[in-house]
Formats: sequence, structure tokens, C-alpha cells
Amino acid sequence: MAGFRVPRYAAMLVMAVFTLYFLTPLWWLFVASGKKDGQVTEGRALLPDNFALGDNLAGLFRYNDGVFLRWMLNSIAYTVGAAALGTLLAGMCGYALAKYVFRGRELIFNLVLGGVLVPATALALPLFLMFSQAELANTFWSVFLPSLVNPFGVYLGRIYAAASVPDELLEAARIDGSGEVRSFFTLAVRLMAPAFVTIFLFHFVAVWNNFMLPLIMLGNERLFPVTLGLYSWNSQVNQHPELRALVLVGAFVSIVPMVIAFLSLQRFWRSGLGAGSLK
Amino acid sequence: MRIRAGSVAVLLALSLGACSSDSPDSAPAAAASCAPASGPVTLTYTTWIPNIEKVVDVWNKANPDIQVKVQTGPNGNGGTYANFFNQLKAGNAPDLGHIEYDALPSFRVQDGLTDLGGCDIVTQSQSKFIDWTWNQVTFGEQGHVYGIPQDAGPMALFYRKDLFEKNNIPVPATWEEYAAAAEKVKAAGGYITNFSQSDINQFAGLVWQAGGHWFANDGSNWTVSMTDDASKKVAGYWQGLIDKKQVSSVPPWTPEWDNAYNSSSAWTWVSAVWGANSILAGAPKTSGKWAVAPMPQWTAGEKVAGNWGGSSTAVFKNSKHPYEAAKFALWLNTSTEALTLLNKEAQLYPATKEGASLPALKEGVPFYGNQPIYDVFAEASTQVKPDFTWGPTMTKTYADASDGFKKAVTGQGTLVQALEAAQTSTIATLKSQSIPVKE
Repeated sequence: MAGFRVPRYAAMLVMAVFTLYFLTPLWWLFVASGKKDGQVTEGRALLPDNFALGDNLAGLFRYNDGVFLRWMLNSIAYTVGAAALGTLLAGMCGYALAKYVFRGRELIFNLVLGGVLVPATALALPLFLMFSQAELANTFWSVFLPSLVNPFGVYLGRIYAAASVPDELLEAARIDGSGEVRSFFTLAVRLMAPAFVTIFLFHFVAVWNNFMLPLIMLGNERLFPVTLGLYSWNSQVNQHPELRALVLVGAFVSIVPMVIAFLSLQRFWRSGLGAGSLK
Repeated sequence: MRIRAGSVAVLLALSLGACSSDSPDSAPAAAASCAPASGPVTLTYTTWIPNIEKVVDVWNKANPDIQVKVQTGPNGNGGTYANFFNQLKAGNAPDLGHIEYDALPSFRVQDGLTDLGGCDIVTQSQSKFIDWTWNQVTFGEQGHVYGIPQDAGPMALFYRKDLFEKNNIPVPATWEEYAAAAEKVKAAGGYITNFSQSDINQFAGLVWQAGGHWFANDGSNWTVSMTDDASKKVAGYWQGLIDKKQVSSVPPWTPEWDNAYNSSSAWTWVSAVWGANSILAGAPKTSGKWAVAPMPQWTAGEKVAGNWGGSSTAVFKNSKHPYEAAKFALWLNTSTEALTLLNKEAQLYPATKEGASLPALKEGVPFYGNQPIYDVFAEASTQVKPDFTWGPTMTKTYADASDGFKKAVTGQGTLVQALEAAQTSTIATLKSQSIPVKE
């Protein structure tokens, strides 16, 4: 790759334009969350005006016995739990597919890859019917268990394990008397750490934004994740306009955990991608 | 956060399609038996009424043997109806569910409801309800009851009293006068109203008032007549206002729409009783300047109103305790304490005759210049024609008609053409779900 150099300022300009493009809606949401009674068309659209974010936040957390806080905690439980366990499962699975030779390995891998192509939305209804048979519909598990599955993570895990965990190292560990499980947790996990962070982040975002599955599975408001909770408020704005302010400020609060996850994990992510490409 | 309304619609279509093969509409079967249970029972009830817990708590305290567990979620078309259908299929539907009048036939057609016609406590309560609301839950079938009427949406004319007076425009009592007023409002720089391109149920309310009948069921076959004379008359009337650009057409229920009212660009709204709250919240700058008059009439001197919205509390097929469920639903929708709470917490307008005299519905409302506006609606509610029937696939019908309405407001095609297209596609939808339909 040589011959053509993009001037630095041009690259900066393009990035600045995109940054603005992606941040403007967020900024609008921030300003709108601060407006009194959800009067979004009142006053200036992109500059704080009659700023009442504090009142709105208080209203949000007070409404209906603080159900919003409950939704946030549910989302965190679904997301962090499923992302952590799901990442481990996907990583183990990818590692096994990369490092062990056994009959049907490619078949399994191809099946998992096929899973990447099936949209989660299409699976929600069959899952509901299955969970109903097991009398598990409308429980925490009905959202948590399906959220563990992450075929794309398996794919990433396999590619990364193949590239970053040398067979010689595993061989040496075996000779030193380490069992397979121990080798995985002490050796492979460290070498694959950047891949784990990547899988975790992807998984985190996917579960946090998951909407169809909880919509179909859950009837009990106390079990809702924040996406579904906000949606159900939003669906009633016509007849109960006072909910609009809550939807706006709630949407704003609901992206905070995701911003935190990204800011705190992106360091690992970037170094991880870099390490992968060097190999 | 992204909200996938599209997916919800697809899913709804999927689940409707999936259920349709099971039991197409058949002749009414005998009503279910309605014997009280011998011991204490626990019922589940799914609704989307805000703060419903406070109402149900009152019941639970007074009825230790019939405990009701309430579950809430998005509104019906936002996903709860689709969930009901899925749950009916999986056998874990709640005992009671909140179903709007226009969705009730779709549950009836899929055989998802318990016929409460065999419950004496239910049939004896008929006289408590305003006649037309009772017809909405019986579909006019003698001896059959598929839900308990909960609330109603009688329509009236919200108008900007200050602007009408300032510009010397008389408050229109007929649609002819309304059109004349539209011209004067336009000359004064406003729009008489905002014509909604997607509230097909509002348009249905206008047709209802004009004496149209979009659907009918003779016990074995459905007939669809969205282009009957009354519908054509109403569609032609509004088409005239659209053509003369005397109505605006911003999408309803958006900040843009709120703004049309808040900035005094739209001067009237022909809407249901619950709309009082929508203007109040959407257009705070216009506080004290609104008033409510009866809906304009097609013939001077007549007194006919339309209805927009309203819902019922239905008992699902798999409920093991229809008697207790009916007892709760009757308390919820007829007792003064429940109706008062429902009105206070969620602004529901009762479907009972006595409900109109709740103290809260007798007071003047400051936003409307202290006019006791609910008196207008109480009268309107008694003037709604009792014989309007909804079809079994309203979600699809609304979507189809709305497609045409959206085109019509931008000048492509007319409202009548939109209704014709909706008529054709509704018949096709009924056929595809094996619902018998006469052409």
C-alpha cells in the first residue's frame, strides 16, 4: 500500500464532519431531556433553554414507584450477565474449534456461522413458544438464556485463537503437566484478551439494544429492560402526553451505561485489533 | 435506543397469519358456563393503563378471595395484541386483557375470548352501560358478550374560542358551516384543523357519525363496505378542504403536530373526549383559549356524534375462572370508586350511564376557559349510533387506508380512492386468513 497519501487536514476534516453527524442527535437528546414537560418544539432546539434536567430526572426516577430505575438495573443484569457469560462461552467454543482437531469440526463451525445470518428478531416467536412449553416465559431466564448465544463471538474467537495462541505453547504446557482446562484459563484467556474485549463489547451492545425478545417474552413490567420500558411509555404518548418528557429523559439516561462501557473498554479494544493485525 | 415499530408490525402480521388457520369464524357457539370457584383464586390481568396498580390495589384489599395480579406493557397495537395472540397459541394468556373495541372482533374471529353471555352477573349489567358500548362488545349477537365495556371516546369539536370570536366566525353547528368557517380561517392566516393522514379510526368516527357501516357480520359472512354512501360523502368533504388547502396535514402525534396547535396555526380539532388531554399537554401556550362544542352535523338540527377509541376488558378463552374474572371486570368498569380512580389516574372516560356524573366530570376545566367540557361529551356519548361494527383485521385495514391517505394529502390520489384501495385489500386480507367474506 503506497503511492497515495491523504493530507492530514483532509482526514481530520472528514472525521470532524462525521463526529458532528453522529454527535448532533445525542446533543439534541440532551437538550430535549432538559426541556420542561417535554415541550421539545418550544424554544431553541440545540441550545439549552429553561433548563430543567434536574426536575426531569427526579420525575423520571419517581414515576410509578421508581420503575425506571428497576428497568435500568434489569438491563444491566441482562446485559452484563449475558455479555460476560456469553463471551466466555463464545471464547471457549472458538478456542476449541481452533485448537482441537475432531470429526465434524468444520460442520459445527459452518453451522455456527450460519447462525450469524439468522436475525434474532426471527427467532423471538419460536423461542417464546418453546419457553412457554417449559413454563419459563415471562421470567428473567426467558430473556437471559437466549441472550447468551453469540455465534459471531464464536467466529471471532476462533479466528483470534488460531492467530494468537501458538500450538507450541499449548504443547509445552501439556508437557509441563497442565490440563486442558487449566491451559485455557491461564494461557489462552490472556493471549486472547483483546478478542474477549471485542466480543464482550459487541455482545454488550447487542443485548442492551435487544428489544424484540423481551417484548414477546415479558408481560411483567418489573422484568422489563429499559428499551422495552421506554417503548411502552412511548406507545402511550398519544393519550398520556405527560409521558413524553419521561421518554426523552429516560432515553438519555439509558445510553449512559453504554457510553461508560465503550469509554472504559475501547483502550483494550484498539490495542486488541492492532495486535491481531500484526500477527 | 432504536425502536423497531416496523418489526412489531411484521410480527403482528406473522402471528395473525399463524393463528388464522385454527378456527375461522363460525356460527356463535353456546356461551361458556359461569360457575363460581369453590376456593380463593388468583387472576392475571394485562393492560397498558398507566397507574392501574393503584386501582387494582383497592379491589385486592376488599376481595381477599379474588386476587388480581396486574401486568402492564406497551399499548395494544404496540405489541400487546401480538403478545395476546402468541400467548393464546401457547396457552398462557392472562385471564383478563385490555382490548380496544376495534380490535375485539379480531380476537373473536380467532376464538380467543370467553363468551360471558352465560354469566348472569354480566347480562344483568347490560342496562348500566351506554347502549352503543354494549353493542361494541356483543357485536349485536343476542345472548353473547365478549368483553365488558371500559371506556368510550365520544367526539366533539374542540375550537379556539378566542380566535373564532376575534375574527367574527360563528361556531359551526353543521359541516356546511364548518367548511364556510374553514374559508374564513384560511383568510385569517390559519387552518381550520390538521387533517390526520394516519388516524384512520378518527376518520371512521366521522363516518360513524354520518351513518356509514364499514363492516357487517350476518353470523356466517363478513361484508366490507368502506365505500358506502356515507363514507364517500365524508371522504369527498375532507378532500374538498384538502384541495382548497384549508387544512394542514402534518403527521399527527409528532412535536410538529403539537406545534401546529401550540402556535395557533390549527384552530379546531374534531376529536374524542380523551383529546382534551392531548391539546392540554401539546399546546400549553393556548391555555384558557379553547372551548368545546358538539360535533358539526350533516343535517341542521340533528344530534348525532361519532366515537373515536374506547376499550373493553375481555376474558380470554383459557381462563379457568370466568365468573371471578367477570366479577372483577364489572367492578373495574362500573363501580364509582374504580371509575373515579381510572379517570383520575388515566383520564379514562367511563362507558357507563352513571359514569358521566362522576364529580370530576362535572367540573370546569381551566384550560378550556373553565367550561365544564365533559357535559358536552356526556351528551355526545348518548348520541353515538349503536350499530357500527369493526372488522376482524383492523390493524391491516388502518395501515392500508393510511397509505392512501398519506398520498391524498400530498395531492396524489383522493381519499375516496384510498378507501377503495383499502376495501380491496381488506377483502384480500380476510380471504387470506380464511375468514368468510361476501363480495
